[in-house]
Amino acid sequence: MALAQARIDLTETRIAAYDLPEGATWANEARHTALTRLRAMGLPTARDEYWKYTNPAELTAPTAPEAALFDMGTDRAVFTDIDRLKIVFVDGVFDPDQSDDLSLEGLEIARLSAVMKTDIHWAMELYGHLETHGQDPVARPLAALNTGFATDGVVIRATGKVSKPVSLIYLHQSETSDAVLHHVIRVEEGAEMTLLEQGPAAARFNSVTEVDLAPTARFHHIRAQGRDHARRAVTHSFVRVAEAAHYKSFTLTCNGVLIRNEHVIDIVGDNAVAHVAGAALGDGKRVEFHHDDTVFVTHRGEDCESRQVFKKVLRNGAFGVFQGKILVTPGAQKTDGYQISQALLLDEDSTFLAKPELEIYADDVKCSHGSTTGAIDEEALFYLRSRGVDHSTATDLLVLAFLAEAIDEIQDEMLRADILAQLDLWLARRRD
Amino acid sequence: MLEIKNLHVELEEEGKQILKGVDLTVEAGKVHAIMGPNGSGKSTLSYVLSGRDGYRVTDGSASLLGEDILEMEPEARAAAGLFLAFQYPVEIPGVGNMTFLRTALNAQRKLRGEDEVSAADFLKLVREKAKTLKIDAEMLKRPVNVGFSGGEKKRNEILQMAMLEPKMCILDETDSGLDVDAMKLVSDGVNALRDAGRGFLVITHYQRLLDHIKPDVVHIMSDGRIIKTGGPELALEVEKNGYADLLAEAV
Ligand SMILES: Nc1ncnc2c1ncn2[C@@H]1O[C@H](COP(=O)(O)OP(=O)(O)OP(=O)(O)O)[C@@H](O)[C@H]1O
Ligand SMILES: [Mg+2]
Repeated sequence: MALAQARIDLTETRIAAYDLPEGATWANEARHTALTRLRAMGLPTARDEYWKYTNPAELTAPTAPEAALFDMGTDRAVFTDIDRLKIVFVDGVFDPDQSDDLSLEGLEIARLSAVMKTDIHWAMELYGHLETHGQDPVARPLAALNTGFATDGVVIRATGKVSKPVSLIYLHQSETSDAVLHHVIRVEEGAEMTLLEQGPAAARFNSVTEVDLAPTARFHHIRAQGRDHARRAVTHSFVRVAEAAHYKSFTLTCNGVLIRNEHVIDIVGDNAVAHVAGAALGDGKRVEFHHDDTVFVTHRGEDCESRQVFKKVLRNGAFGVFQGKILVTPGAQKTDGYQISQALLLDEDSTFLAKPELEIYADDVKCSHGSTTGAIDEEALFYLRSRGVDHSTATDLLVLAFLAEAIDEIQDEMLRADILAQLDLWLARRRD
Repeated sequence: MLEIKNLHVELEEEGKQILKGVDLTVEAGKVHAIMGPNGSGKSTLSYVLSGRDGYRVTDGSASLLGEDILEMEPEARAAAGLFLAFQYPVEIPGVGNMTFLRTALNAQRKLRGEDEVSAADFLKLVREKAKTLKIDAEMLKRPVNVGFSGGEKKRNEILQMAMLEPKMCILDETDSGLDVDAMKLVSDGVNALRDAGRGFLVITHYQRLLDHIKPDVVHIMSDGRIIKTGGPELALEVEKNGYADLLAEAV
C-alpha cells in the first residue's frame, strides 16, 4: 500500500536531518537496507494503532526538543558500588577517558563505530538482522531509523561466565543532543553475562539493542533510565532466545516527558525462559510524565516460559501505557506465559491505559494475563498510621509493596538492593 | 489516662449517628471491659479514638493523658501512646512483617524525639516477644497478616502491642477466633503488659477472656451509649442472662 504523502514527508525530512556515515561494505549495505525498510513503513504518527496511546511526534521530529539537565544533587548514582566494567557515552558519544579498558575475561567488546569499518566481523550477521526480524508482524520504524543512522554503541560477545557486569553509562550534558546508539550482543553456548545500563543519554535518545542468545546462554539486563524530567527516549530490545537459554530484563524509569520502551522477544528454542519487567514512577507536577512499555513475546519452542511484569506508580497527571502481547505459534506446546501490568494511581488526575493481548495457536499451553488500575489501599494506610507510621512514609511503604513483584524479577541481591535504593531516593524527594 | 466525654459520632457519608453520648474514663493501671450487642458501636468507638477516616464527631471530647486526641493524625495518637488491636487486622501484601514492626517502632520513637533502635537490638526484641506469643520466625518473614489464620492475626496484633509498649491499649474482640491455648497466650501477653502506668480497654463478647484478663470495671454499651457500668460481676450477669434485662432496665 502506498504511504500517504504526509508520512513520506515526515520520513524524508527525518532521514535528511542525518548524515549517513561511511563504513565497510556490509555496514553501508546494512544502513541502506534499513533506510529502505524505513521508507516502506514510514515513520509512525499518532494515528497508527500501535501509537494510539503515545504520540510519537517528538520522537520523529527532525530535531530533538530541548531538554533541561537534571541536577542529581548529592544523590548517589545507581550501581556506584557495583564492581563492573564501565563504558561511558556522553550525549551518545563514546568517551574513552571515562571508560575502562574494553577488555574482560570471557568477553570480546568493541565499539560499533570501529566494527562497522571492519570488512569481516561476527556482528555483521546480527546487526540489523534481529531488528528486521522484529518488524513482523508489527512495524517498528524508529528501530529501522536507528539501524540506518547509529554511529556508536557496543558490540559484545560473551564466550564464558563473565565475572562482572558490563555497565553502559549514558551521560546527558547537552540540552539539544540527539543520540542514536545501537548495541549488538551475542552470548555463546553456556556463557553468562550481565548488562547494566544507566542514565538518560541525551535530550532525545533512540537506542536499539540486539541480543542473540545461543543454547543455554544466560543474559541478565538491569537498566535504570536516569532521572531527567525533560528528556525523550525510544528504546528497542530485539532478543532471540535459543534452546534452554535465559533472558531476564528489568527496567527502572523515574521521570521523563516521553519514554517508550519496546521489547521484542522471539523464543525459538525449547525449554527457554524470557522475563521482562519494569517499574516506572512518574510525577507530572512540574514536568509531564509519559511512559510506555510495549512488549511482544513470540513463543516458537516447546516448554518455554515467559513473564512480563510491569508496574507503574503515577501521580499529578502522569500517564502510563502498557501494550503487551504473547503470541504462541502452532508448534509451541507446553508454553507457560504470564503477563501482568498494573498501575497505582496516587491521585485522580493520572491515567493508565493497557492493552494486554494473547494470541494462541497451540492447544496445550498455560497463558494468563491481567491488568489492574488501583489507588492506595486506604485500610492498609490507616493500619500503618495507627501504628505510628506517618502518612508519607506509609504511602511509600505501600508503593514499594506494589512494585515488589517487578523488583523481585532482579535476581542478583546487590543489584536489587541498589535499585531499591534508587527508588528510595526518588520517593524521598517527594516526601512532605 | 483516657477520658471520653459525651462523645457523639456520625458516619461522614450517610450522616447516620452511631455514638450518641459516650462517657468513659479509663484510669492508669486499670483494665476496663466493654460488652454489648452487635452493632452497638464498640468498634466505631475504637476507630474514632484511633483516628480512622469516615466519621464525624458532632459533640463531646476524648483525651489521652490530658491531651485532646480527636484533632490529631492517627500516627500522632499512636506516638502519644494509643494502640488499637483491630477486630479485623489488615493484610498488607508486599510489606514484610519485620519491616512493618521496625518502621512502626522507629517512627514512634522519632515522633517522640528518641533514637532509632539498631537492627540488632530490634531483632533481639522481636524474637523474644514473638517467642512468648509462639509466633515463629517464618511468620515474621511473611507479609503483614497475609495468609495468617484468624488466630495468628490476633496474636500478631498482640506482638505489635508488646513491641510498641503503648500507654493506652484498646483491644477490639482480640479473643474472637482464638482457640483455648491461643486465648491463654494472648491473655498472658496482655497481663505481662499490665502495670501502674498503662490502661486497657478490652472489647469482648465473652466472659471467657475476662477469666484470664481480670477487668476492674465492666461497661455495657447499647445503641451508642454506655448504659451500665459495674464490676466484674456485670460480665458474669451478661454471660448468664444476655442483654435483655439490662436493655429493658436502661429504657
Ligand atoms: N462505615 C459504615 N457504614 C455503614 N454503617 C456502619 C459503618 N460503620 C459502622 N456502621 C454501623 O454502625 C453500627 C455500629 O457498628 P460497630 O462496628 O461499631 O458495632 P460493634 O459494636 O463493634 O459490633 P460487633 O459486636 O458486631 O463487632 C452498626 O449498625 C454498623 O452497621
Ligand atoms: Mg465490633
